[in-house]
Amino acid sequence: MRELVTIFISAVLVNNFVLYYFLGICPFLGVSSRLDSALGIGMATTFVMTMTALVTWPLNYYVLSADTGMGLPFLEYVIFIIVIASLVQFVEMFLRRFFHNLYRALGIYLPLITTNCAILGMALFMVLREYGYIETVVFGFSAGAGFTMVIVIMAGIREDIKYAPVPEIFKGAPITLITAGLLALAFMGFSGIIAP
Amino acid sequence: MLKEFFKGIWKENPVLRQLLGMCPTLAVTTSSVNGIAMGLATTFVVVSSGIIVSLFRNVIPSQVRIPVFTVIIATFVTLVDLILKAYFPDISRALGPYVPLIVVNCIILGRQEAFTSKNPVLLSVCDTLGMGLGFTLLLVVLGSIREILGSGSVFGMHIMPAFFRPLVIMVLPAGAFITLGLIAAMYNLVNQKADRT
Repeated sequence: MRELVTIFISAVLVNNFVLYYFLGICPFLGVSSRLDSALGIGMATTFVMTMTALVTWPLNYYVLSADTGMGLPFLEYVIFIIVIASLVQFVEMFLRRFFHNLYRALGIYLPLITTNCAILGMALFMVLREYGYIETVVFGFSAGAGFTMVIVIMAGIREDIKYAPVPEIFKGAPITLITAGLLALAFMGFSGIIAP
Repeated sequence: MLKEFFKGIWKENPVLRQLLGMCPTLAVTTSSVNGIAMGLATTFVVVSSGIIVSLFRNVIPSQVRIPVFTVIIATFVTLVDLILKAYFPDISRALGPYVPLIVVNCIILGRQEAFTSKNPVLLSVCDTLGMGLGFTLLLVVLGSIREILGSGSVFGMHIMPAFFRPLVIMVLPAGAFITLGLIAAMYNLVNQKADRT
């Protein structure tokens, strides 16, 4: 239990995917100009990430791994990206069929998630750190939760920046990047929470 | 053809203009060597997958093109990863999980979608090579700035005077965001000046 809580706090606050590992920067900069769409993409990402964790772990353990599976580690990237792409497609169809309201809220963000590097990054970290099944699922969920939190904070700040007198050359990408930098600086304050 | 090549380097620079490929740009540029390695690896992948996509552009059905492109890209990334592991183990260790993450670098998929799937092989090579080198150039500049200020050296050589105290913040994530933000502002400034004259 202790380890699971550590994984959660580490993925959400200390080693946040966006601000520490730079994963998922594209949606973080691209879809963070409005609060409601930021929340939408955050929830969709968390959902797909948890699903990816559920599926890729057994696949890696029983098929790809050199020690416990059939010894095909060089197929890792190809297989993972296919799993993620088909999972996104499947989630989209499933939501459209059975949860129409949820589909209308998240639908347009789903196709974008395939190229969100945070998802593939999560699967790669899972292999690298040799997590167990439950640890992986908790890790996937918390990485998604951390992503959601940061993108929502960012969207809140950017909604305010719209009314601020930003110098002409800093408009658009530069001011967004510098805001992200200050946010990363603030999150460094969490680094003492977990003893190394 | 030269136009297709040079547009990637400045006018349509993938990072500064199109805001693509941000994750590796920010993550690996703690030193200039890492920047150049990541840039060249990405260039190799984008050029070779561009050639394949361009060759088969009339055969790939448009409904399944994205998965097909992705699998082609993932194959070349696996190749690069194995080569780095075999011949350059130090670089492979320094770049870590960011080598496999080249698969989801949006620059690569973006070029297949926007250019190589609609153009003949030679033009595709010019376009992807330009984009790849434009990306590499930015990574080297960003990596050098962060290495000079963050550890007082460039390409591993110590260049700053003895009284210089390294700014640790520059090698941390916050420094990456802020430096890239300032570079993007400079880029806007130069383009604005050029537009006026």
